[in-house]
Amino acid sequence: MSTSAPHRRSSEPFLWLLFSAGGMAAALVLPVLLFLFGVAFPLGILDAPDHAHLLAVVQNPLTKLVLFGVSVLALFHWAHRFRFTLEHGLQLGRFDRVIALCCYGTAVLGSAAAGWVLLTA
Amino acid sequence: MTTSIHAYRQPISRFWWAKRRSYLLFMLREISCAFVAWFVVYLLLLVHATSAGPDSYARFLEWSANPLVVAVNAVALIFLLLHAVTWFGLAPRAIVPHIRGRRVPARAVLAGHYAAWLVVSAVLAWVVLS
Repeated sequence: MSTSAPHRRSSEPFLWLLFSAGGMAAALVLPVLLFLFGVAFPLGILDAPDHAHLLAVVQNPLTKLVLFGVSVLALFHWAHRFRFTLEHGLQLGRFDRVIALCCYGTAVLGSAAAGWVLLTA
Repeated sequence: MTTSIHAYRQPISRFWWAKRRSYLLFMLREISCAFVAWFVVYLLLLVHATSAGPDSYARFLEWSANPLVVAVNAVALIFLLLHAVTWFGLAPRAIVPHIRGRRVPARAVLAGHYAAWLVVSAVLAWVVLS
């Protein structure tokens, strides 16, 4: 994985921490929301909430805070796992720097987009 | 001084993970992250559509009922459940708490995670549906 010199501080532990926190957030929070908004409402199994109710939920500061936290952590979870899926799964370890930059860079941009969407909501 | 060592390294196939069921399951678990990212995007699109007004919310609902979108989300749900189950399954090995000097049994840690999953899911469903 990291080949940096021993005296340099590695950012790997911090990235693993984000990966773990994101994995936990994704496992606890996302399945039920995906079931509701991705399957149950579109297929008519349950009635979708009316706009006024959902708007009130979305504009609640606590909702925004939770959604922002879950989004950022889940995106970094994706970035970290996708990085090693490419490097170990497809034997692309020699491109570690480029792959890591692309993955975490995408997570940073996604987090900024999440912040913008939630702040303007 | 560094000397270059030309040790023999057995070449690993790019598709090593397709050779055994346990490897394939590992790879599917790893790939679940792509669906985690997809759903974050989907959720943010929903928030954006909701805040933009009733018309755009209605358009989002219409788009979400498109068979292709439903199919993607159904597959994503399977992968998210795979992620959750494998994640909670590993938790007792990663988290080893002690209470009054005694180790909490792995089964209790596992049960705690499933209980938390149930509570979080129930609260979120209640917030959305009430």
